[in-house]
Amino acid sequence: MSDSILPDALGDIRDEFLELEVRDRLTLLLEFANELPELPERYRDHPDLFERVVECQSPVFIFVEVDGDDIVHLYATAPAESPTTRGFASILVQGLAGLTSQEVLDVPDDYPQTLGLNEAVSPLRIRGMSALLGRTKGQVRAKRAS
Amino acid sequence: MTIDVDPAEQFADYAHPERLVSTGWLQANLDRPGLVVVESNEDVLLYDTGHIPGAVKVDWHTELNDPIERDFLHGEAFARLAGSKGISRDSTVVFYGDKNNWWAAYALWVFTLFGHPDVRLLDGGRAKWIAEGRETTTTVPTPRAVEYPVIERDDSENRAYRDDVLAHFGKPLIDVRSPEEYSGERTEIPGYPTEGALRSGHIPSAASVPWARAAADDATFKRRSDLESIYLDDAGLTRGSEVIAYCRIGERSSHTWFVLKYLLGFENVRNYDGSWTEWGSSVRVPIATGPEPGVVPHV
Repeated sequence: MSDSILPDALGDIRDEFLELEVRDRLTLLLEFANELPELPERYRDHPDLFERVVECQSPVFIFVEVDGDDIVHLYATAPAESPTTRGFASILVQGLAGLTSQEVLDVPDDYPQTLGLNEAVSPLRIRGMSALLGRTKGQVRAKRAS
Repeated sequence: MTIDVDPAEQFADYAHPERLVSTGWLQANLDRPGLVVVESNEDVLLYDTGHIPGAVKVDWHTELNDPIERDFLHGEAFARLAGSKGISRDSTVVFYGDKNNWWAAYALWVFTLFGHPDVRLLDGGRAKWIAEGRETTTTVPTPRAVEYPVIERDDSENRAYRDDVLAHFGKPLIDVRSPEEYSGERTEIPGYPTEGALRSGHIPSAASVPWARAAADDATFKRRSDLESIYLDDAGLTRGSEVIAYCRIGERSSHTWFVLKYLLGFENVRNYDGSWTEWGSSVRVPIATGPEPGVVPHV
């Protein structure tokens, strides 16, 4: 897949990781984990809206909204005991912010593999982030179809 | 053993009480020379959010595995790893971690393959330490590197390979995964492999004993009498049984391996770490589906 359809924010995040030594990439991922926004008030009491990403080893739930201007809003929640998963979710929440539904669908599926985290985090764990992206796209598709 | 065992009353019934320490004991012994505390988690970042003061991190994915071969480290790399963490051959190593100590038990098991003499598990793991409001820190210690001898791994006593399992048919096997994984009913969503295996189900004749049955609500181990009713009465193990336990990648079954070996005293118990990711993708090995163990295959 070509880089031409990689949204700027995701590209910047990738570059930020790749500029670091492998060890420091973990620290950056932890910073992302700490930045995962709280759910907005209106969704806090609606676990029914959220889809569990079962491919992740830790419990993580996501919910995608496509607003009237075709802009995607990704909400994710994962427990504090799962910082890696929170970090993955946070990267997507920040990186997909403000994108249209088509732009989200065009994000390369292998984006999680390009962050240089395979060595620091292990490929098995990276799969959880791929699943997060895959499920986000799945929800976008469903919302567009309905 | 250089450091006294935890004399806690709740451990006294176990076959090997010296393999467990309580949170209170650990707190009181944190500064003991010769003691190294190791945190091993499923989540690679969790240690960095706060850990027991002085504890070092050992990551199962990135540190215990050989980077190329699907196998654990060999003797030389293990000696380097242990030494860099400040662990010498006579250190008392106490393991603890998230998720009911799955990975702590796994790391303890890997250390056992190298014959490290004094390995112990923190009963209740990370969750209990934190629930009790005990101190944690984000300060990462920088242990002075020490000499650890190069000792080759001996897998024969505590680790089973696929072919060992084939040769084991007729003797007890314990599948510690969830009932859905055991029966094979858990289906995959296209494009998102959950099992990491091409077939779902279980190894024929294996008894289903999900690992969590051995754990109490506070992540400590259940008392010996409860464990006996699970593994002896329900699963049909008898004194002297030779047992192989497995799960998906060998972590949950390390928990069960620990229970069978050190709490119930089975002398011959092995962990099949290839587990379902290997067996369920292996060509021409028998499998069974559904909730029943199925018959012992002739292989």
